[in-house]
Amino acid sequence: MLVLEDIVKRFGTHLALDGVSMEVPQGKVFGLLGPNGAGKTTLIRIITRITGPDSGKVLFNGTAMTDADASRLGYLPEERGLYKKMKVGEQALYLARLKGMEKTEATRKLKEWFARWEMDGWWNKKVEELSKGMAQKVQFITTVLHGPKLLILDEPFSGFDPVNAELVRQEILRLRDEGVTVMLSTHNMGSVEELCDHIALIDHSKVVLSGSVREVRQRFSEATYRVDYKGNKVAFADALSFHGELLDHSEAEGLSIARVKLLHNSTVNQVLSAILPAVQVQGVHEEVPRMHDIFIRAVGAKETRPAAAEMTE
Amino acid sequence: MGKIGLIIWREFITRVRKPSFLIMTVLGPLLIVGGIALVVYLGMQESGAQNIVVIDKAGLLTNKLKETDDIKFYYEPADMSDSVFKASPYSAMVEVNPLVLENNTIQLFYKALPSLSTQNYLSSEIEKVIEKEKLRVNQVDPEVYQRIKTALKVQLFDIDKAGKRSYDQAKAGIGFAFGYLIFIFIFLYGVQVMRGVMEEKQNRVVEVLISSVKPFQLMMGKIIGIALVGLTQFLLWILLTTVLSTVGMSFAKDQISASALEQAGPQVSTQLQGQLGQGLETGGDGDANEQLGMVMDIWNDMPIAAILGLFLFYFLGGYLLYSSMFAAVGAAVDSETDTQQFMLPITLPMMLSIFIAQTAVYNPDGPAVFWCSIIPFTSPVVMMIRIAMGNAFEHPWELALSMGLLIATFIFTTWLAGRIYRTGILMYGKKVTWKEMGKWLFYRG
Repeated sequence: MLVLEDIVKRFGTHLALDGVSMEVPQGKVFGLLGPNGAGKTTLIRIITRITGPDSGKVLFNGTAMTDADASRLGYLPEERGLYKKMKVGEQALYLARLKGMEKTEATRKLKEWFARWEMDGWWNKKVEELSKGMAQKVQFITTVLHGPKLLILDEPFSGFDPVNAELVRQEILRLRDEGVTVMLSTHNMGSVEELCDHIALIDHSKVVLSGSVREVRQRFSEATYRVDYKGNKVAFADALSFHGELLDHSEAEGLSIARVKLLHNSTVNQVLSAILPAVQVQGVHEEVPRMHDIFIRAVGAKETRPAAAEMTE
Repeated sequence: MGKIGLIIWREFITRVRKPSFLIMTVLGPLLIVGGIALVVYLGMQESGAQNIVVIDKAGLLTNKLKETDDIKFYYEPADMSDSVFKASPYSAMVEVNPLVLENNTIQLFYKALPSLSTQNYLSSEIEKVIEKEKLRVNQVDPEVYQRIKTALKVQLFDIDKAGKRSYDQAKAGIGFAFGYLIFIFIFLYGVQVMRGVMEEKQNRVVEVLISSVKPFQLMMGKIIGIALVGLTQFLLWILLTTVLSTVGMSFAKDQISASALEQAGPQVSTQLQGQLGQGLETGGDGDANEQLGMVMDIWNDMPIAAILGLFLFYFLGGYLLYSSMFAAVGAAVDSETDTQQFMLPITLPMMLSIFIAQTAVYNPDGPAVFWCSIIPFTSPVVMMIRIAMGNAFEHPWELALSMGLLIATFIFTTWLAGRIYRTGILMYGKKVTWKEMGKWLFYRG
C-alpha cells in the first residue's frame, strides 16, 4: 500500500530523517511510534506531501506518490484545530470540498455522520461554542469523510473522554475492516496493543524497530513465566533449582505468585515436571512484554534527548 | 470552483459577513460626510447672542456698526479693566486704540471664543468703517475708490499646453489623495492578511488545510480574498458617499438657492459659459462659480480613465507586494507581540513613501520623487502624484519602468514570502530571528 524507501530529510544542519524505510501493508493498522523529536511528524508530513524529502521515495500503491493521491489521504494532525468563528457544518463542508468532494455529496455524507455520532443540531453552531471533545469529533469526521484509502492519525485519542475515545476506536477498526489502511502515531501504548497489527519505532531519525506487533513482542520476550501455586515457597524454589531463576515472589489470599525466568534453554514442561511434585500448581502464563516496556527498552535507556527539535513533534 | 477559488471565497465571505464589515461600510462614509458636515456646521454655528462692547478710544466707531439679530454692539469711550469686563454682561470686548488708522490693528477679548463667522462679521464691519474714515481723511471719493480697488487673481499656464490653464497644485492634491488611499489600503488589509495567517497558525487549522492544498495556494487565496473584501468595501464607500453627499448637497442647495441664487442668477449663467468656453475668467466676485469652473477644467484636463486604471494597477500592485510580506511575518511568529521586529522593515518604506509624496505635491520633478516613483516599495504612493499631475505621461518610459519593476518585485516577494510562509506556519514555540528566516528560504519544499 505505502512504501517508504530510504527517506532523508534535513533542516539546515539538523538531520530529521536518516534513511527511513518502511512498508505499510494494505488494510491494516500500522503504529508509528517514537519519542518526541524522533522525526515522526516530519515523516508524516512527507507522506502527506506537506514537505518533500531531500532524497528517497514514497510509493503509493506501487507508484511514486503524486499530488492527485493527496485526495485519497486522510490526515488528522496532532496539532489540529478549526476556524473558531465558522459554523460547524460550513467548516466541515469547506474542508471536504478542499479535498475535492462535491458540495451535495459532502453535505449528504456529513448529515449521515452527524446523525450517526449524535451530533444533530451542531450544524449551525460556531466552533468556539463546542467543547474540546466535540471539536475533536468534528475533526475526525472531516478527516475520514472523503473516503480516504490511507488514513494517517496523529494522537487521535487526545482530548476525548473514554466514551468518545471508544467511539473513535470502533470507527478505526470499522474502517480497517472496510479495507482502509491506517497509520497511527501515538504515545498511548495501550491503544497500540489494542489496535495495531504492525509497528515501526523511530528514534534519533532512524527506524530502530519494526514488524508485526506479535512478532516484536516475541522478539523482546525473555522466557519469563508467571506461576500461581499453593504450597511452600522454599520447596518451590528448591524444586526450580537448575531450570529456572525466581525473579519475584508474592502472596495473596493463600495463593503464591512467582515470576520465573527459564535458564539453560529449559522448556516450560521441564520446569513444570520439576515443581509439580513439590507444590500444587494453579496456573502458568508466559509473560510477553508489553509495548510500553518494549518502547522504554528500545529508546528510554539511552542518553537524554536533545532539547530543541527543529520541527514540532 | 478550484481549490484556490474555494479559499478565496471563504476568506471573502467570512469577512464580508462579519458585523464589523457592515458597520465599517456604513460608518465609513457617514464618518467622512458627517465629519465634513460637522466642521462646516460648527464653523457656521453662532455661539448664541453676542453682546460686544466696543472700547472706542479713537472715537471712530460709535454707533456706526451694523447690528444683526445675534450680534449687538455697545460702545464705551474709555478703558474697561479686566475685572470689570469679567463681571459685565458683555460676551466680548473690542479695544480700538487711537492709532488704528495707522496700524490697522484692534484687540478682541472674549469670555468664550466667538464663532468664525462672528469674527469675520466683526472684522468686516470695522474694516468698512475704518476704510470710510481713511477715504474721508485722504479726501478720496468713495466711488473712485471702488473703481480702482483691485482684487488680483493669478492664472497659471503651462507653456507646453498652450491655451490651457494649469491646475498642477490641485491635481497634485488629487494624486496625493489617491496615493493616500493606497497607503491606507495596504496597511489596513495587509495587517488583515497577517492576522488571518496568524489565526490559522494559532488555531492549528493550518496543518489540516495544507494536507489538502499547497501552502502557496493557501497564502495567495487569503491575499486575493482579502483584496476583494477591500475592493468591495471601497466600492460601497464610494457608492454610499456619493449618495449621501448628493442628498446632503441638494438639501444644502434648497436652503441657499432661495436667497442667494435668486439675486445672482443671470450673472452666474453668463460667467459659467465664459469659463467653460474660453477657460478664462472675466472677473467679478462669483467665487463659487469660479471653483466650479476650475473643477470642470481639471476634470476635462485629466485623462480620468487612464488615471483610474493606473490607480487600480498601483493599488493592487502595492497591496500584493506588501501583503505577501505581511503574510510571511504572520507565518513566522507565534503571537501578535512578536510581530514588532518584523513589521518595522515593512512599515518604514511605507512611511517614507508618504513623506516623499508630500514633497512631490510641490516638487514633482525632484530626484527623490523620481527615484521613489521607480522603486517598487514606494512607487504605488509616489507615482500616483506624478500620474495625477500628468508628469508621468510625459515620461512614458519611467512609467513603464515603474510598472514593470512593481510587477517583477511583487512576483519575487510573493515567491520569497511563500518560502518563509510554508516553513513558518508549521513552526511552533520557537523564537524566530532574521537569520532563522533566511535559512527557511533554502529548505527544500
